[in-house]
Formats: sequence, C-alpha cells, structure tokens
Amino acid sequence: MRRTRAVAVTAVTVSMLAAATACGGGTADNGSGSNTAPKELTYWASNQGPDIAADQATLGPELKKFEEQTGIKVKLEVVPWADLLNRILAATASGQGPDVLNIGNTWSSSLQATGALLPWDAKNFDAIGGRSRFVDSAIGSAGAAGKDPAAVPLYSMSYALYYNKKMFQEAGIEKPPATWDEMVTIGQKLSKDGKWALGAEGSNLSNNIHQAFVFSQQHGANFFDAGGKPTFDTPENVDAVKQYVDLMAKDKIIAPGNAEYDKNQSLSDFASGKTAMVLWQSAASSFKSHGMKEGDWGVAPVPVPAGGAPGAGKNTNSMVAGINMAVFKNTDNLDGSLKFVKFMTGDEEQKLLNKTYGSIPPVKAAQTDPAFANADLTVLRNTLSTSAAPLPQVPEESQFETAVGTAVKELFADAAAGRPVTTDSVKAKLTKAQQQMQK
Amino acid sequence: MKGRVRRTTARVRRTGRVRRAALPYLLLLPALLLELLIHLVPMAMGIAMSFRQLTQFFIRDWSRAPWTGFDNYELAVDINKPVGEALLGSFFTTCLFTLLSVGLCWFLGTAAAVFMQETFRGRGVLRALFLIPYALPGYAAVITWAFMFQRDNGLVNHVLHDQLGIGGAEHTFWLLGDNSFWALLTVSVWKGWPFAFLIVMAALQNIPKDLYEAAALDGAGIWQQIRRITLPSVGAVNQVLILVLFLWTFNDFTTPFVMFGKSAPPAADLISIHIYQSSFVTWNFGTGSAMSVLLLLFLLVVTAGYLIFTTRGRRKADG
Repeated sequence: MRRTRAVAVTAVTVSMLAAATACGGGTADNGSGSNTAPKELTYWASNQGPDIAADQATLGPELKKFEEQTGIKVKLEVVPWADLLNRILAATASGQGPDVLNIGNTWSSSLQATGALLPWDAKNFDAIGGRSRFVDSAIGSAGAAGKDPAAVPLYSMSYALYYNKKMFQEAGIEKPPATWDEMVTIGQKLSKDGKWALGAEGSNLSNNIHQAFVFSQQHGANFFDAGGKPTFDTPENVDAVKQYVDLMAKDKIIAPGNAEYDKNQSLSDFASGKTAMVLWQSAASSFKSHGMKEGDWGVAPVPVPAGGAPGAGKNTNSMVAGINMAVFKNTDNLDGSLKFVKFMTGDEEQKLLNKTYGSIPPVKAAQTDPAFANADLTVLRNTLSTSAAPLPQVPEESQFETAVGTAVKELFADAAAGRPVTTDSVKAKLTKAQQQMQK
Repeated sequence: MKGRVRRTTARVRRTGRVRRAALPYLLLLPALLLELLIHLVPMAMGIAMSFRQLTQFFIRDWSRAPWTGFDNYELAVDINKPVGEALLGSFFTTCLFTLLSVGLCWFLGTAAAVFMQETFRGRGVLRALFLIPYALPGYAAVITWAFMFQRDNGLVNHVLHDQLGIGGAEHTFWLLGDNSFWALLTVSVWKGWPFAFLIVMAALQNIPKDLYEAAALDGAGIWQQIRRITLPSVGAVNQVLILVLFLWTFNDFTTPFVMFGKSAPPAADLISIHIYQSSFVTWNFGTGSAMSVLLLLFLLVVTAGYLIFTTRGRRKADG
C-alpha cells in the first residue's frame, strides 16, 4: 500500500513537473536556403479579410495562377491574427515552419533578431525586381535601420479618422475634427443620450500601442532612444499617454465600457450608430460586413496638435501599418520562395490583393492605379506618404507592445472605474512597464 | 511420488505467480517509456533553459544562448524589483484563488452528491444537468462566460442591474479591475464542481445502507450521520479529489487566458498566465522557465506534504 502510494506521488509530481516546465525546445538547425523541393511551397497567410474562408477564397485563385506560371504548388494556411506570432515563434524554435509567411510589420525587428528570416540583401531584392520598387516608409518598417530588411512589404495601411456622416449631420457638425482640441469640443457635443463620440479598444494591447505611439510622436517623444534603450516614462511620453486615456477619463468622449473592448467591438458600435468616430486602419471592409453602405461614413486624417496640419515630426498622425512577407532562411525551396514573393509583390497582384483588402500597395507602380484614388484611400495614401512613422524598429518591439500596451489597458480600467488618472499614476505605470524590459 | 507431485505443482504455481506479478509492469513499460520521452525530456530542457539568457536572439537554437547561472532565478525571486514583485503578487493571488475555488467546488460537489442520494422524481435529469459544465468543451464554455460578463451587453449585468436592481443603474465591470477576480472564481467553480460531484457520488455508492440504518436506530441525526459515516467513508476519495482539484486549479491556463487574453488584470493575474506572459509574450524564455521550475518545486513540496499529512491522518483514523 505504502509503495503504491509512493509510486502514485512520484507519478503525479513527475507529470506536474512536465506540465509546468514543458515549454518547447529547439533543434540546432542551421540549414539555409536550399532547393531540394523545388516544386512545392508552404505559405502562412495572415487573416486579412472578414474571416479565414474569405482569405482562402481570395488567395486560392491567385495561388493557382502562380502554379500555372511556374509549376510550383503552394500549400496555403491562413493563420488567425491572435495565433500568428506564437506560431512563428514555435516555427522559429523548431525549425519546422513554412517556406514563406506573413508577419505584422511591427514585429519585423523582433523577428529579425532571431536570425530565422532570410535577409533581403541586394541580391535577393534583385530577384524580385529591386528595392526601389517599394515605398520608402514601407521598407522602413521591415527591419532595423542599417540592416538588410527581414521582410518585404506586402500590404500597407495607415490610421485614419472614420466618422458617421449622419450622426455629424444631426448634431449640426460640418466637418470632422482636424485637431485634438476640436475633437474634444465636437466630441462633447456628440456624447449624450447613450451615444458617444469616439470608440476605443482599451484592452487591445496592440491598438493601445499604436495610439500611444502617435500621441508620443506628437509630443516630440519616442519610446526608445537612439541607442535602443527604453524611455517609456519621460515627461513627454507620460503626457502623451495621459492625453489619450483622458479622452475617456477627463474629456468623457469615449464610453467607459470601451475599456474592456479587445475584439473590435468598437467597429460594431460604430456601424450600429452607438459611437460617431473611430481611429482605425483600413476599416472599410469591416464596416461593410457590419451592414454599412459606402457613403455612410467619411474618412479624415487622424487629428494633430492644435494649429497644425498632418505632416512629419510633431504632426505625425499614424504608424506605418501593414503586413510584410518573409521567407524562412532554412527553406528547402529558396528559388521558388523568391519567385513567389516576386509574384505576390508584382504590380498586377498588388493591385488586385490590395483592392480586395482595402489596403494600399507598398509597390509604387501599383499605387498609381485609379482604384486607390477614391476619397477613403486617398486619405490613407497621403497619410502613409507624408505623415506616418514606423513603430520603433528595435528587437524588443514585441515586449514593448505588451508592457506599454498593458500599462495603457490598466489606465483605461482606472478611468472606466472612475479612479483618477493623474500624471503620477500614468508615470508609475510607465515606469513599471519600463522596468519589465530586461536587457 | 506424492511429494514430488506436490513440489512440482508448487513450482509451477510459483513461476506462474512471478509471471503474473511481472505482467502488469511489462504492460506499463511502453507507457513509461513514452512518459519519459514526452515528459521528462522537455522537462529537462525546461530546466536547462532556466539557466540561460534565452531571448529572441537565441530561440532558433537555444543551445547557443549564454549561460547565466542563477540570474533568472534571482530576477524571479527578487521581490524588490518589478519582475519578482509581480511574480509574488501573482503567486498570492493564485493561492487565494485556488483555496476558494477548491473549497467551493468540494463543498458544492459534496452537498449535491449527498442530496442526490435520496431517490426522488427527476433525479436523473438533475444529475445530468449538474454534469453539463463538466462535459462542455472548456474554451466554448469560458468564452460564453466572458460574453456574459461584458459590462454593457452581458447577461450578468442585465440580470443584476436591470432586472433585480442590485447595485444601482450603473453597470459593473467584471472583466476589469478588482471584480475580475470574482468573475474568474465564478467560472472556475462552475467548471470544477461537477467533477467533485461525480467523484463523491461514486464514492457514496460504496457505503453500505445498513450503516445508516444502524446509526438511525442508535438515534443519530442527519448531521451526525454525515459527520460520522459519510465523510469518513469518502476520506480516501476526498484525498485524491482535493489534490487533483488543487493541481488543476493552480495550473489552470484556459480559463484566465480565454477570459482575459494575454494580459490579465492585476487582480486576476494567475500564475500560469503570468508565466506565459513572462516567457512567450515578452520573449524571455529563460526567465519564464526559471519561474516554471520554481512553481514546480512549490507544487512538489505542497503535494508531497499533503500526501504525507493526509495519509498519516487517515491511517490514525483507520487504526
């Protein structure tokens, strides 16, 4: 009896031990780019459309086209956004990944640091038609400065202010706010009778970061210094984050309930007329899927500080958002992978895919297509070319998103619960976030 | 002649017994080997990782990551620095959470099982109903709860505020701030208690009816019967039940992750999700591994201590 119990104790503890410590291993795999399987490719596409089936329907015929041109069969897997980074990490650690994949462009430097992605040197760029085919700001968000990019831009996006034309009309407001002061004045006019002026996603860490980054730029600040050291809690950054959270805490133009949003609920609130404005990137297709019709909403640049107009420096009003295409260094079909990237970044494919997804082609030649000259996309395009800046391209970008994104989330929780959001409380949260960055 | 026959049968019987005694171990062998392979190997790797500075620069080949000795452990236990402070906070939250959750699960499960001993109309239906939370897939159940706890559109606030008028007109946040702890506890108990119910109910079937009849004849009331007959009879089952519930609750990842995503509010920052965030979200796999090893040591000590304590206690009671 005693012995069986001892065995049971050991068995339980061993399996517990395993559960607690089993966090994936890695294999030493230094393979880089051979051509042992020239007729086959695996491609992980990020989920761009309303759902995965829509992406499969969009990309399927294109991959068929590619197969007809080159004889290379592409196995497609569309990966949901929430899983993508973890999947890439697992693939990096195990060496068992796809040949070609999509990455969020803000992760470029973090993933570049793993050394798992094929660097885009002059030779590789030549294979896809040259680096100069791409817009500069898009290339700027494909890896750390001074290094060969870790990826190639595929879809570009920028933030804009989407507003509900009917709600504006009813409130007697003629044009969307161009500055934050106007945003607050107009916002307070719109926030009444259970309706609110502006939507936010207070529990969505990435979205928090995107907004905090823009406010930080507008306060002339940065979250990392030139040496790559975090500078989260400088007075300028504290002011920047406070200004954003104050839209709920002090100005009361964001509904408190938005503090717990993280699944794009603010977009359905917008579509159902509960909120009058959202700051979003390429939202048109989402609005349509929620039942809005083109023309129900207007698009304007994200507001800037008083007296300014969107532009570089303090009047930066968007991050350079987008999806990049990367190749795993250990692919066994390097030539095919390059051909596939060339195909996807070709002028025709760029026009077609970006039209479908409501994004802007990062390829200059494709951008001039009249399809990208409508009112919505013109705002996005102008923002990208004149007043957008890439998020910090440092290896710690991924940690930064979590640490500062969480700080903003907690500040929104305070604001929603009616607890004061002060310069001190903002600074304390940002200091804590900075201390979590282990160097 | 007679003697020889007897000796031979004895030998045959003995070898038969040896063979029969070895058979279970032989059958266990493949499982044991697989266990070693899929559990011990990753575990050993996890321990090895905890001594390395394993960041994004080295995940492609973690064996190249530089050794850091006990740096990761120092970082994890230094409660004067944010990382250690947060880990300690998360640890205490988890302890309190586990205590409440296991206690409630056990109490509700036992109460329901005792109640269900009586035969009455609709018992079968009720039994099946009780087991629904246990049968539902965890992810679907928890995400439904997450929707119900939403402040503006959730069912919980609708019932509490709009229909019962509790807490005034202003809706409560359940997924943010301090209330998140109670929301998480509710889901955890809802998910966990049917298992306790099932196990205790099975154990109760084994108690002979005449024990109760004899006790009733001797004048024992219902409380005395529960205290003197029911609880001691299910002692052995309770020992395992509570241990299993403890381990499941302490390590539960699905519930907080589905409810709160990759960063839980401080009040509901359970250790499993805390470690996940420390390793996978912030890409400090070495520190995450060190935290896992610490957690493991803690669970090891608690489990061993618990088993020694309860076994000794029961043996005394049995004797």
